[in-house]
Amino acid sequence: MTEPAQPSAPETEAPPEVRLAEAGQWTLMRRRFRRHKLAVVSLWLLFGMYLLAAFCEFVSPYAPDTRNIRYLWGGPQRVRFVRPDGRFAPRPFVHGYRRADLEDTWSVALEPDPARIYEVRFFVRGEPYRMWGLWETDRHLFGVRGADGQPGFIHLLGTDRQGRDMFTRVLYGARISLTIGLVGVAMTFVLGVVIGGIAGYAGGVTDLVVQRIMEVLQSVPSLPLWMGLSAALPATWSGVRVYFGVTIILGIIGWTGLARIVRGKFLALREEDYIVAARLLGASRGRVVFRHMLPGFMSHIITAMTLSIPGMILGETALSFLGIGLRPPVVSWGVLLQQAQNTSAMVLMPWLLIPGLFVVLTVLAFNLVGDGLRDAADPYN
Amino acid sequence: MNRTADEITARNPDAAASGGARADDDSVLTVENLEVRFDTEEGELSAVDDVSFAMRRGRILAIVGESGCGKSVTSYAILRLIQKPGRITGGTITFRPRGRPPVAITDLAENAEALRRLRGGDISMIFQEPMTALSPVHTVGNQIVEAILLHQDVSQADARARTVEMLGKVGIPAPERRIDQYPFEMSGGMRQRVVIAMALVCNPEILIADEPTTALDVTIQAQVMGLMKSLQRDLDTSVLLITHDLGVVAQLADDVCVMYLGRIVEQGTVRQVIHTPRHPYTIALLKSLPSLALKKARLPSIAGSVPALSARPPGCPFHPRCPHARHGVCDVGNPPPSEHLGAGHYAACLRVEEVARSEGRMPDVECRMPNAGTAKDNS
Amino acid sequence: MTRFIIWRLALMIPTLLLISIISFVVIQLPPGDIVTSTLDELLADGMEASEEQIAALRAMYHLDAPMPVRYLRWLGGMLRGDFGYSVQHQQPVSELIGERIALTVVVALSSLLLTWALALPTGILTAVKQYSPLDYAATVLAMLGMAVPNFMLALLVMWGAFTWFGVSIGGLFSPAYVDAPWSVARVLDLLKHLWVPMVVLGVGGTAGMVRIMRANLLDELRKPYVTTARAKGMRYWRVVLKYPVRIAVNPFISGIGVVLPMLFSGDAIVGVVLGLPTTGPLLLDALMNQDMYLAGSFIMILSALSVLGVLISDVALAMLDPRIRYD
Ligand SMILES: Nc1ncnc2c1ncn2[C@@H]1O[C@H](COP(=O)(O)OP(=O)(O)O)[C@@H](O)[C@H]1O
Ligand code: SF4
Ligand SMILES: [Mg+2]
Repeated sequence: MTEPAQPSAPETEAPPEVRLAEAGQWTLMRRRFRRHKLAVVSLWLLFGMYLLAAFCEFVSPYAPDTRNIRYLWGGPQRVRFVRPDGRFAPRPFVHGYRRADLEDTWSVALEPDPARIYEVRFFVRGEPYRMWGLWETDRHLFGVRGADGQPGFIHLLGTDRQGRDMFTRVLYGARISLTIGLVGVAMTFVLGVVIGGIAGYAGGVTDLVVQRIMEVLQSVPSLPLWMGLSAALPATWSGVRVYFGVTIILGIIGWTGLARIVRGKFLALREEDYIVAARLLGASRGRVVFRHMLPGFMSHIITAMTLSIPGMILGETALSFLGIGLRPPVVSWGVLLQQAQNTSAMVLMPWLLIPGLFVVLTVLAFNLVGDGLRDAADPYN
Repeated sequence: MNRTADEITARNPDAAASGGARADDDSVLTVENLEVRFDTEEGELSAVDDVSFAMRRGRILAIVGESGCGKSVTSYAILRLIQKPGRITGGTITFRPRGRPPVAITDLAENAEALRRLRGGDISMIFQEPMTALSPVHTVGNQIVEAILLHQDVSQADARARTVEMLGKVGIPAPERRIDQYPFEMSGGMRQRVVIAMALVCNPEILIADEPTTALDVTIQAQVMGLMKSLQRDLDTSVLLITHDLGVVAQLADDVCVMYLGRIVEQGTVRQVIHTPRHPYTIALLKSLPSLALKKARLPSIAGSVPALSARPPGCPFHPRCPHARHGVCDVGNPPPSEHLGAGHYAACLRVEEVARSEGRMPDVECRMPNAGTAKDNS
Repeated sequence: MTRFIIWRLALMIPTLLLISIISFVVIQLPPGDIVTSTLDELLADGMEASEEQIAALRAMYHLDAPMPVRYLRWLGGMLRGDFGYSVQHQQPVSELIGERIALTVVVALSSLLLTWALALPTGILTAVKQYSPLDYAATVLAMLGMAVPNFMLALLVMWGAFTWFGVSIGGLFSPAYVDAPWSVARVLDLLKHLWVPMVVLGVGGTAGMVRIMRANLLDELRKPYVTTARAKGMRYWRVVLKYPVRIAVNPFISGIGVVLPMLFSGDAIVGVVLGLPTTGPLLLDALMNQDMYLAGSFIMILSALSVLGVLISDVALAMLDPRIRYD
């Protein structure tokens, strides 16, 4: 794409032309990306998810470990607009629940209680929290007002066996699961660009050794290795340390994909005219790399990074699901899914699988955005 | 689209004026008002627009023009090999085989058996890229034998024998050993010889050669061109030679079409077009040839550049670069129609007379043309 | 060809050494070792060990030697088929892992076959009929298939089987055959149970392969040799099947090296969910209990098998593609 439309352009004009072509390249890329409707939708979806994750304290009606002992193992409550008597309600509401004793006396089920109506309110006061650890507040995006002297409750995605709100926990989980992909990818970016760049730029023995290491890391089954490394994270570590530990573990294997791309591009670009020209003109190595070579394939790097985020997210989810990644009380989607591990829990409480739906949506969206980026960066490939 | 070829010829008043590259009784292939369009991001573009010419039987017709002017698209259209996003949107292509009724190629269905028989049987094609024109994972023998078996009812062994013979004919040494080699084991020149062998193995009436030597070394170019000429004479094949090498045209061709931006701007015999060019574009092409040592007579650049198809200038497509362009005449309306200048010589210029007066007679070009034989000295 | 294979085999040696180092690091990484965990157990039981006892224990397990020596000793042991000792199971590791590894390989290979059987025709059809409804449908399905984590799929399959058919699926054998010695009947029983993990593990790979096949074939379909073949007068489908498909299947072969580790990875977690008698559950169990020699051996062997897969695919590729063979 950096190829100018006019091959006969005089060579002396190369540097400004390259820069011009680059500016054009991004505009072109944006335009081509916009044509990829699904990718655009996915990008907005991701944007929304990250926004929710950023403001999860405010958006969620409860704290992640608040228990509602009146509603253990409760299913998602339906938001209703029509009252039991058939009249249209002034505000959306949810019903309270009552116990329904079943035939076999040992089990108890909850059923909606039409007599109890909890109206949904926006910007209500609720449990206090520190927003981003900066200021104290108790405003939540929404909540319910109680009835009959009892406080109400709203659990859009149900509760777990301890009565904790799944909606709240999914949002808090998003914060962990979504950022672990970003942090991990930032790490693979640094490792990949540096190692791949060195291999591609230096060539020779360095290149051979790096290639060998990359090959080995790529042929090792990643999950068992991740599992082996995660098991070494001390049980005494705090949530934050485990979080970074897991990220590092995911990055240790993840960099190879990016490094391979960077290396290949460096090898190819080394020979290109404008790089040779820059070198002949006496530009320093670092300058050649960062001013001329990196921008030449930034679009490819961004694409590769986008496409490697889902792998990170899935890795964290898998490790936490197995109980050797993040551990409660940290909330991530993988940790949440752990509750759905046995069939009976799943059959009784299928809503425990909902975090999985978020995983699927996120991965799907990242893949689609990555596809769109790839097409936009490289329309003929 | 159901007109027969004879009707077309009958309707074309110029057809009788023989000698040039327009249809007459001796034509083996006629192309009438061909139009090919591509559906692109910038809209529908005509890569080939209102192109008409005829190939004389047993002769070589050259199509010349700068890169991107629609030469390949024209040649692909003849075998109906245009692929999405392109398609033939108008015109007729008629093939007149010896001793058989004419075939209106443009009327055949995409998957018609007749079209399949035509391809490689009656009309075959050589492509520009000998490096990639052959499957890299099949032996050359495999690929040539297949071509024979597709069109002739012979045994595998006979087909193989014929292949060895053909490889020998195109000048491949030790053909009985080479036949089992893979393309990557051969040089570019050898591969192009293989491709030529594959194209001629079924004795086609027409050979379309799309820049057959562009990708080769200069020395090899001359050899391959010489080979094509001698095979053409031996087998009495009619050849459509696509090239942007005016030296080759002067050397090999009988008739010439000069294309610019998807349209034919001048056509006639080599004598007419090279010695007495009438269209300013042709004149510019000839003038821009370096006067001596035309070893690599690629088309050199003319002032200005070829506009993109999406920005086709109104009026005469050549007017932004034409020294004779006249404001209000050349830059308005439709592209100028092809004018018959006599004896089958055509030019699509509104100011032919004025151009001829101001340019005078072109210096004798033939003596400046390179000789295919001398090109070897270059190495 | 023979030289090519020998060269490739020679290349495997540094690779395997690197893998063994990685595995050894995994073994050594957790704080504590066999002795400290034994001591912890003793402490929990209200007993204490003297300094001398501890030293004796350390010497017994060769823990007193420096790290490189311990590595070499471990490596030497492996070459003799001795993978160390499982503290938790009080058995040599080699006795614990044999059948589990074998079953993992069976599950992985059958998934691989399923992947090929599904991805090849789908990939060809979607490329040739690009932008057709079929292409879109396959693309959507492939995208979904790649986005659903395999353990989620395993959960969903189990959940579906239970809620709709009232059966609980899982394992690779019926209860009667779990501990039975190998027999024809046991193999048949295995085959009956195999399809669940096969499908669960195969979905992700199939989706990926369809995408790769489609992209490669689209690339190949644009190549000049396809036009050459069409200009020869071949039928379109014959051209497609003889030339571009022949070249575009290369990723299927070279993909073995990528897919096999993916399948082993998948088995590690799907095996846990579906309760398969494969490596996954035992690996997890070993890691949870810091039974590191057992865990490290699994990682070592699975990685070695993956590398073997790469070797096999390289050789197969060389046989299929003359360009590589003659290099
Ligand atoms: N696949 C395609 N998609 C869009 N436009 C095309 C395609 N192939 C050819 N064209 C257009 O047709 C024009 C003529 O191309 P071509 O016949 O290959 O030129 P040449 O004279 O160099 O052989 C090009 O300038 C290009 O704009
Ligand atoms: S019509 Fe006008 S612009 Fe076109 S070639 Fe003739 S003189 Fe030039
Ligand atoms: Mg061309």
